[in-house]
Amino acid sequence: MTDHLPILLLLFPLFGSLICVLLGKNNAAHSWVVAMISLGGSALLSLLMLIKVLGLKLGDFRYRMGGWPESSSYEVGIELRVDVLACLIVLAVMIVGFLNTIYSKTRVSAEVGEKGSFFYALIQLLIVGLCGIIMTNDAFNLYVLIEITSLTSYALIAMGNRRAALSSFNYVIMGTIGASFYLLGVGYLYIKTGTLNIDDIHNYLRSENLWASQSIVVAFILIMLGVWTKMAFFPLHGWLPNAYSYAPSMTGTFMAPLMTKVMVYVMIRVMLWLFGSDFVYSPESIWSELIIWMAVVAIVAGSFLALARNDIKKMLTYLIIAEVGYMVGGAWLGNLNGQAGAFYHILSDAAMTFCLFIAASIVIIRTGESRLNAFDDLFRKMPITMIGFTIGGLSMIGLPPTCGFFSKWYLIKGGVEAGQWEFVVALLFSSLINAVIFFKIFERAYFGKIKGIKEEVTVQDRDTIPAGGIKSVPLSMLIPLCVGSLSILIIGIMNKNIFSWITKALEMVNG
Amino acid sequence: MDIIIASFIEEVIVPKFNYWIYVILMMIGLFAMITKNNLIKKLIGMAIFQTAIILLYVSVGVKSEANIPIISHHGFQEHVEHAQDENYSSKPEVSTDDKSDKGDHHAIDKDKFANPLPHVLMLTAIVVGVSTLGLALAISQKVHGSFGTLEEDEILDQLKPGGHD
Amino acid sequence: MASVEFSLIPFLAWLVSLLAVPAIILLGKKPDAREGITFLAAIVKFGLVLLMLPLVREGKILHFSFGEIIEGIPIEFRVDGLGILFAIVASSLWILTSLYALGYMRSLKEHDQTRFFACFALSLSATIGVAFAGNLLTLYIFYEILSLSTYPLVTHHGDKEARSGGRTYLSHLLGTSVAFVLPAMIYCYWKKGGDINFTDGSLLTTDLGSGAGLIVLLAFTFGFAKNGLMPFHSWLPNAMVAPTPVSALLHAVAVVKVGVFCVIRVFTGVFGIELLEKLDIAIVVSWIAAFTVITSSLIALSQNNLKRRLAFSTIGQLSYIILGVSLLSPLGVTGSILHVAMHAFGKITLFFCAGAIYVAMHKKYVSELVGIGRKMPITMTAFAIGSLSVIGLPFTGGLVSKWYLVMGTVEVLPEGTLDHGKIALLVVFLVSSILNACYFLPIVYRAFFCRPEESLYEGGRQEAPLACLIPLCITALLSVISFFNPGLFIELAGLISNK
Repeated sequence: MTDHLPILLLLFPLFGSLICVLLGKNNAAHSWVVAMISLGGSALLSLLMLIKVLGLKLGDFRYRMGGWPESSSYEVGIELRVDVLACLIVLAVMIVGFLNTIYSKTRVSAEVGEKGSFFYALIQLLIVGLCGIIMTNDAFNLYVLIEITSLTSYALIAMGNRRAALSSFNYVIMGTIGASFYLLGVGYLYIKTGTLNIDDIHNYLRSENLWASQSIVVAFILIMLGVWTKMAFFPLHGWLPNAYSYAPSMTGTFMAPLMTKVMVYVMIRVMLWLFGSDFVYSPESIWSELIIWMAVVAIVAGSFLALARNDIKKMLTYLIIAEVGYMVGGAWLGNLNGQAGAFYHILSDAAMTFCLFIAASIVIIRTGESRLNAFDDLFRKMPITMIGFTIGGLSMIGLPPTCGFFSKWYLIKGGVEAGQWEFVVALLFSSLINAVIFFKIFERAYFGKIKGIKEEVTVQDRDTIPAGGIKSVPLSMLIPLCVGSLSILIIGIMNKNIFSWITKALEMVNG
Repeated sequence: MDIIIASFIEEVIVPKFNYWIYVILMMIGLFAMITKNNLIKKLIGMAIFQTAIILLYVSVGVKSEANIPIISHHGFQEHVEHAQDENYSSKPEVSTDDKSDKGDHHAIDKDKFANPLPHVLMLTAIVVGVSTLGLALAISQKVHGSFGTLEEDEILDQLKPGGHD
Repeated sequence: MASVEFSLIPFLAWLVSLLAVPAIILLGKKPDAREGITFLAAIVKFGLVLLMLPLVREGKILHFSFGEIIEGIPIEFRVDGLGILFAIVASSLWILTSLYALGYMRSLKEHDQTRFFACFALSLSATIGVAFAGNLLTLYIFYEILSLSTYPLVTHHGDKEARSGGRTYLSHLLGTSVAFVLPAMIYCYWKKGGDINFTDGSLLTTDLGSGAGLIVLLAFTFGFAKNGLMPFHSWLPNAMVAPTPVSALLHAVAVVKVGVFCVIRVFTGVFGIELLEKLDIAIVVSWIAAFTVITSSLIALSQNNLKRRLAFSTIGQLSYIILGVSLLSPLGVTGSILHVAMHAFGKITLFFCAGAIYVAMHKKYVSELVGIGRKMPITMTAFAIGSLSVIGLPFTGGLVSKWYLVMGTVEVLPEGTLDHGKIALLVVFLVSSILNACYFLPIVYRAFFCRPEESLYEGGRQEAPLACLIPLCITALLSVISFFNPGLFIELAGLISNK
């Protein structure tokens, strides 16, 4: 049975979504149960898979879809590659999905009305897409799964209010451009190598020494551009703030932690497994320098833009853009610490963003305010939510023992090793700006409104407030928040183990 | 001057005219997506863009004097004219094992058939494109329902802070 | 080489005040029980620290590890001479400050006392964590926890002033530690190939050059901004918005002493005196510290608010400590470690007096203190003793540490001549002592020896409540006793400086 774990954990949500569709309109409660079962089951399976892979000597195992036989020269079928890195991120996706489903229990009827079951169907499909992306070893299959993921996310975002539909449309346009670039890049690779399997492409590039070929260089650029659009790497980030702010809160809390991070994962896979570190970090290419500077700009710009924002959700989305900069910069540093740091940051950022988004959503829904003054006096009124938000905020700033500190540690170490001091400075700078942002919020939450200080009148963006306010925060919304905060601390304290798993896997591919 | 242009056309454009067409189509699509105001026109641009990429893939599988890649049991009489391959995909690729499984005990000469793999891939891509288009049209319908117009500038006018918020 | 021995006591000493936090919160409704917990924890902590004392004096290092958190770096405690000296000072003064705080808070009927005492206990835990820290990462973690746990104490009053003071406090302390200490620490981690312990203490084994060494040294020195070095010193006077017990313990003893403690650790443990002498970079820090000493003394002269005057005096005294350790001579290092203790006793007396004056008379400004000596003789006598100690006059402990510091500048080079650069620093010490006298002695003089018509006070004695009086008398006494019996401190300091 354990041999088929990868496909099983894809099948559960797939069938779950079919059942949800069949349940039809106005059946949100039953769909919720179906979603809980399928996602809970998959989460357990992904945990089993992680345990299994950790025990393997080789570090990964391959799963052949459809049982196509192994070919000596070229792969025929689509292959899934399951190694530690894939297992960790699949586990993260499943857990976030499961927690989000718990969160959505009370929000579904308010935010998407009668289409509740379709919401659950789409979420499960999205999870299938994400896990497929993480596990697949075939370049074209990756495109298809990216598009599955994107399509479901377009629909999920558009389920919200009118601005959500517009933002989703913009996301459609930009996302399609990105995915098409990716497809074009894969096309060039296919033309040159004749195969679509990632490992085979890599071997072929290596054996025929095709790295100087113009087509391969163009293919690389196209694939990178495509993936960067999808992960909202500055300046290709334009779709992100609106899309995540106006989406229904349940969508936002699911997509913000995961979508961009999985795309970062794709980028690292493409860089190291598809093309190989010799090609990517070769001294002739000026890319490493250039891209690290772009990452620096992304970090600084994201931080500043976040600082300027008065709307809570928009501010958090700009912080995501800065975090993407961390990961891209870390991956391009060219050393083990940078790559492993970027990977670890995928996990830690997923936890942080999840925690912050859920806390922010709870605050916005409960207080009906979308601006920062929603936080006034909140330590007194909603202590649990504030503590959850505080832990997320401290992690963003990078204080120990939260996971944010450790990912900064590894990234800075990588930067110091590589001599890329601008990256180190950018990381510290963003920590300081995050400190300013979050401590302003903590101060408001702690002290409340100061009498006598005139608030500047800013227009509230009502469209970021999801429909259906609540009088008190139900347990189903607090549990994911608490688990999220706990996981920030756990990922932080366990960082040594996680980091050693990641480095082992990376050492194998860096050879 | 004419000679330079002529030789340029001769050497660069004519042999790869299909790629030039696709690139131009892509640029038209991209242009439409970015500059057009009307949402539907953007979608048309998106469709053109995706179509160009699909055409590129399909053209990769073309071989001169090759037939469609469907095997019939009656065998063929086609002569294999060994024209020069004007593309690269006839390099080592999918083995012919699975094709001969059909019971035809003649080995298949792969040069007689166009490369089926890009076709298959592009079927998938077409499906993806159609779904995206359908979804985008549904979203446009919703946008139209909320804002009453499909022109982007009018929509942005409605969303200005002085407006409803 | 000192012998390392495993011991559970450092962990327990640290744990005691940490456990007090939930206990205090739970007993919030019963003030007496709540304060009782604080006292219990303080006394137990002090007792545990004293338990470790004989072992450390023998030259042992007590070790306790929580486990590795990053590859090669555990969170661990290593108690040596320097650590235990600081721990003795902090834990003994916690007992006294708790008594003082009880009197102060209750007389003024302050709000949110539960939060106050809980944060106090947490801060003490963090302070002991810093004192016992066995490597840079542990030090850094507890340093940050201390900044965060003292924030509610600084902003206790919750008004506009408190908020802006708190903002300055956090921005300076967190900003400098994240921006400077973190990269410097990671750089050292990388340079030493994955280990940042304090034990044999040095980056001597690496190929650190002068330029890089100076940058790292300055990064650490400025990064630990709790040491009050200019230009990152402004959090200290701004933090005087806090209630006086907070100012007393945390700013005269715990927070600022943590800052200079970290600097001493960096100098002796991370770099090592030998390496610093080789690279010849410590002189830069000496001059920055000298500048701070003179400037802060001059500013103190102009301050009318008593607590702000004391704050600037503290900044100057802290820079004495940094100056002393940057002299690199055994006498200088000993003097600086001694001053950690002596200044603590003196300064806390002064702050206790300032608070007592506020509680009894509601006076905050120096100009209002004319003739107060007759009204509050005990308080003002204690104030006088404290001033003498800070200035460094005989019969108070301050003289002992200052003596060592001054002797540290008079270093005889192998050729037999005196080091001119260091002699210049001797002048700095003397000038600043005179300035100290200028801003302290007039207060005492005018309090006692003014003509009856000038006195702003009339009537009989009206001292602060007993709970406030007792601690300030005890600390004043300690200042005097430490003059006559400095042996213990000198011995503990010597364990570090004579390695």
